[in-house]
Amino acid sequence: MTRIFIPQDVAALAVGAEKVAKAVAAQGGDGVTIVRTGSRGLFWLEPLVEVETPAGRIAYGPVTPADVPGLFAAGFLTGAAHPLCLGPTAQIPWLARQNRLTFARCGIIDPLSVEDYRAHGGFKGIARALDLGPSNTIEEVVRSGLRGRGGAGFPTGIKWRTVAAAPADRRYIVCNADEGDSGTFADRMMLEGDPLALIEGMVIAGYGVGADKGYVYSRSEYPHANHIFTRALYVARKAGLLGPSILGTDFGFDIELRVGAGAYVCGEETALLESLEGKRGVVRAKPPLPAIKGLFGRPTVVNNLLSLATVPTILANGAQAYADYGMGRSRGTMPIQIAGNVKFGGLFEDAFGITLGEIVNEVGGGTLTGRPVKAVQCGGPLGAYFPPSLFDTQYDYEAFTARGGLIGHGGIVVFDDSVDLSAQARFAMEFCAIESCGKCTPCRIGSTRGAEVIDRIRAGIEVEANIALVEDLCQTMKFGSLCALGGFTPYPVLSALQHFPEDFRRGQLPVAAE
Amino acid sequence: MTPPLPWDARHAADIIHRHLHLEGPTLPILHALQTAFGHIPDDAVPMLADALNLSRAEIHGVVTFYHDFRHEPAGRHVIKVCRAEACQSLGAEKTATALLERLGIGWGETTADGTVTVEAIYCLGLCACAPAALIDGEPAGRLDGAKLAAAVDEVRWS
Repeated sequence: MTRIFIPQDVAALAVGAEKVAKAVAAQGGDGVTIVRTGSRGLFWLEPLVEVETPAGRIAYGPVTPADVPGLFAAGFLTGAAHPLCLGPTAQIPWLARQNRLTFARCGIIDPLSVEDYRAHGGFKGIARALDLGPSNTIEEVVRSGLRGRGGAGFPTGIKWRTVAAAPADRRYIVCNADEGDSGTFADRMMLEGDPLALIEGMVIAGYGVGADKGYVYSRSEYPHANHIFTRALYVARKAGLLGPSILGTDFGFDIELRVGAGAYVCGEETALLESLEGKRGVVRAKPPLPAIKGLFGRPTVVNNLLSLATVPTILANGAQAYADYGMGRSRGTMPIQIAGNVKFGGLFEDAFGITLGEIVNEVGGGTLTGRPVKAVQCGGPLGAYFPPSLFDTQYDYEAFTARGGLIGHGGIVVFDDSVDLSAQARFAMEFCAIESCGKCTPCRIGSTRGAEVIDRIRAGIEVEANIALVEDLCQTMKFGSLCALGGFTPYPVLSALQHFPEDFRRGQLPVAAE
Repeated sequence: MTPPLPWDARHAADIIHRHLHLEGPTLPILHALQTAFGHIPDDAVPMLADALNLSRAEIHGVVTFYHDFRHEPAGRHVIKVCRAEACQSLGAEKTATALLERLGIGWGETTADGTVTVEAIYCLGLCACAPAALIDGEPAGRLDGAKLAAAVDEVRWS
């Protein structure tokens, strides 16, 4: 009986993994056992099929159903050569050069197998936390230097301290899995590929701060991830990782999955809390901080999914082992998501400090279309557009801020030279107008007016005066908005204006470029 | 896809009742109502307001805030096409426009025969195999005009 690993990650399904799995099952019959995993994150190779051999797992990809008879004929069950053979999976250079801590298990294990999870280091984090006791658990997270992976970069352990110290009859752990940024998919991959790690991370957080209830706020755009995570909750309860007595102790904790309803702004933590409470996803003014007065008025840890899913490895291997990675005040690793018009797109987890150019050109291999890279948008729809002249920027919270950008949730979207940055700037305003919660004026009105003014610039009407107007409007939005939606929409707009001024002056040409 | 049920007040009351033990049950109830009836029927709003001890205006406010909740049922097949930046970088707008022109509808509209609704969606997390869409809930990636048209035809005429 040969074990064959085929992802059920939704991105693999989107390019035919289900049909491949059926074809392998039909041809392999009783001779094969198919294990459905998450994705390794090498999406240009999906569907990636792995075969277990005495020499380790051998990868083949991208496999189509039509390739399956040929693979069997070539003897792929023994890891034999074939034009699609990529050799031992772990030695694929793109994978081998990564430092996978958060995503150590993703794509390797059956995401719903407790045995697999345990065999690959699962449960060690919670076991150590229970040994350390609650306050030492928090201090361990503080010492690791872990910062919020949603984008704000606030030290996770400090947030936990605040929640633990706030007097309350009840505290909550809320996982922000409302991953709405274009170019990001790490939360989704974790929910589909290693959901027990998130559960363990939330249990540790609950133990640390004294909470007995957690919510995962996911997206309706992620139906497959939600389905797998729902099953993972069931599996975790059966294994004693959730429930009234975690691993036989008197500490109890449980998690409920909640699904949003298509509102991007609910990724903002206070809008998310409003939505969880059953209200419109309208942003709250801060203070009070959610750590003091959060869900239903109780002290609440609101952490990004990646932050929480990284906690088990920090506890298991010690804070120092995690802090040894990284640079400056950005410690550890970041699951970088390389997307858009790029040859080798996927999830690349590495220590902070790698340069943007290395990510785009070396790791990503340049554009898929083969044309020159013109711009990369870093950190989602609220992130800046970087030109190749800034490719020496190191991947680090502070370094990106210094260059007028942000790393956000780790997404990088590559564009070739056919992109018109004035159109992208307009889209940023339009997106903000569509998704604004409406509470504050700079975001609600500013985004609509911004799109209108950019339309005039693109039409060649009083270009310089209107550019000055957009820049002024951006300052108002930046400093006058309540949350990051209105406050950060200026990043893509201003960076486009600054680095690609020619794209805003085409309308002045006597003959339109098109 | 399961076709939506006709309005049934007793069934709606059951759905609401089943969720009342939750903290902040509004969104789970609305999702369940939409799954059953294909949209949020007007008649459900006062029932929900009553059960949650809120005003009808508050429930109406919640329903209309979120893009997902429909005022009327969609066509038999729903195509959600991503319009966000990663998909844009590989020509998603062109791909989507071709589909809309072929179907003779705009964003958010349903074909005259009631078979297909096309909706804009902002990110499916399929950004490394863009352009992407969800076709009756099933993901499709690395799309172009022809592939998307073929995939839509497959669900529409089967």
